Amino acid sequence: MDEVIKAEELFSFTLGESILEITYIIASVLFIVGLKKLSHPDTARRGNIWAATGMALAIVSTLVFHKQDGEHIHNIGWIVAAIATGTLIGTLIARRVQMTAMPQLVSFFNGMGGAAAALISLMEFPHISPDLIRAHGMFNGQVLVILLGLMIGSVSFSGSMIAYGKLDGKISDIRSGLLRIVNMALLVLLVAFIVYIMSLGAVEPASVMPLLYAFLAISLLYGISFVMPIGGADMPVVISLLNSFTGVAAAMGGFLYNNQVMLTGGILVGSAGTILTILMCKAMNRSLSNVILGAFGGSKADDSGEAGQIKEIGISDAAVLLNYSPKVLIIPGYGLAVAQAQMLTREVDHKLGQNGVEVHYAIHPVAGRMPGHMNVLLAEADIPYDKLLESEEANEQMQDVDLAVVIGANDVVNPAAEEDPSSPIAGMPILQAYKAKNIIVMKRGMGLGYAGIENKLFYNDKTRMLFGNAKESLQQVLNEIKNMD
Amino acid sequence: MPYNLELMESILEFIYLHREIIFILILSVFLGVEVISNVPSVLHTPLMSGANAIHGVVIIGAIIVMGHAETTLALILGFVAVVLGTLNVVGGFVVTDRMLSMFNKKQKQ
Repeated sequence: MDEVIKAEELFSFTLGESILEITYIIASVLFIVGLKKLSHPDTARRGNIWAATGMALAIVSTLVFHKQDGEHIHNIGWIVAAIATGTLIGTLIARRVQMTAMPQLVSFFNGMGGAAAALISLMEFPHISPDLIRAHGMFNGQVLVILLGLMIGSVSFSGSMIAYGKLDGKISDIRSGLLRIVNMALLVLLVAFIVYIMSLGAVEPASVMPLLYAFLAISLLYGISFVMPIGGADMPVVISLLNSFTGVAAAMGGFLYNNQVMLTGGILVGSAGTILTILMCKAMNRSLSNVILGAFGGSKADDSGEAGQIKEIGISDAAVLLNYSPKVLIIPGYGLAVAQAQMLTREVDHKLGQNGVEVHYAIHPVAGRMPGHMNVLLAEADIPYDKLLESEEANEQMQDVDLAVVIGANDVVNPAAEEDPSSPIAGMPILQAYKAKNIIVMKRGMGLGYAGIENKLFYNDKTRMLFGNAKESLQQVLNEIKNMD
Repeated sequence: MPYNLELMESILEFIYLHREIIFILILSVFLGVEVISNVPSVLHTPLMSGANAIHGVVIIGAIIVMGHAETTLALILGFVAVVLGTLNVVGGFVVTDRMLSMFNKKQKQ
């Protein structure tokens, strides 16, 4: 009889386990297909839903079928409560936050994932299998995986929080050569910690906890000092990089639990995130090391002597110029988003359209705070997709453009990228606004762009500057155009 | 010298014990690269956000930790981990959907 019960237990065990494994396989496939679909405009939304379905499947199945040492998951009530809490807060934040603040939001959520990974490592460390320690001491795979998960997770957490603060304007850049040395030192220290802890031999994991806390603290510190010196304009690249870090941290958890869905999900994001980071760097024509070590903002070209004269334009003149130019090209930058001027831009566009003006938009790959960010913002304002031109297309048509209107953009139209090989942005593909017949630049003041360099476009003979808040200027221009009817 | 041998053995054993998972790891790296290598720059932001939600799969680990928590402290820490993981997952997917819904809207026009 006992044997039958045992056999049955064995059977139910394998049944649950195999259902779990099957759902994990399905979830992994859903992640892969979802990611694939996410990279095509037509299927992107469906892809996101596929991936989310995979996630839900994996979570529910873990709750129901997961067994460790023959025991089901305990504390189900608490776990469900935690998931409900997270869902509520997450949905609220994700729905409420303004679209301009999206990059911060992605960074914030990324940090949460990193923190979760770090916490898991911290809690699993005392539970390292005693057999393993007896056989190999601290030098074993579990210890390595836990330490890496802890380190990468916490770097990703603190780094993401700094990136969040920077994008939100709460933290300003600190540029200092010293910080680079500090960074190196911290990194060396972290490696030393890993080597030391793993060489401890057969010790009780609990006795190593103080060391582990120190390791955690240094990891958090490294995340801060790693992101601190990187300029605000480079934050998208950093967020993408930290995103792939969190992926790797999640994969470490997969190693730890021999959990395939965590492994595939984590590594997939780790590698896709790395490629995405490189693609973003390419869009700016810079290398990753260049971004991380921060070559921006170093040399300020002091050729202001030959730069020439700034010519301002008034509201009414700007309105006339807009209304009587057959072909207008709007070049939006982050300034437009900051001023929340997307809707007004559309209204001006609409009005001009009624008056027979042909309006297009030229979108630089890195306009806004993240590649593609500007497209999202314009889409939010209901600006039709076919009016948006990519850089190359826009540049081809540029000499036929009667009026280029630069709204809150700076570095992406700076001819120094093409003319001055010593410029920090040399070689970056730009929108060749200087080729247009007339140019209006809407700008708050004469401040420098993120790259911290002068823009010769502003001194061009064809350029007129319209200073002021983009939203207010556009409103006045709109009223002026309406008065002309 | 014997110490080095032992070290070598440990590493080899580790690789042997985890051979399947190492396989998955290597294939996943190539897959990740392959899957997104042709993405247009318009989709960089939503894609990053979607990928961000996917690494929220770390929540599975948080659930496992919490499911086997024995002390109150472990339970509390586990609770925090699950909440953070859920924030990552739910927030990530919802915000990605919100971004992409805007692209859809304009396609209808």
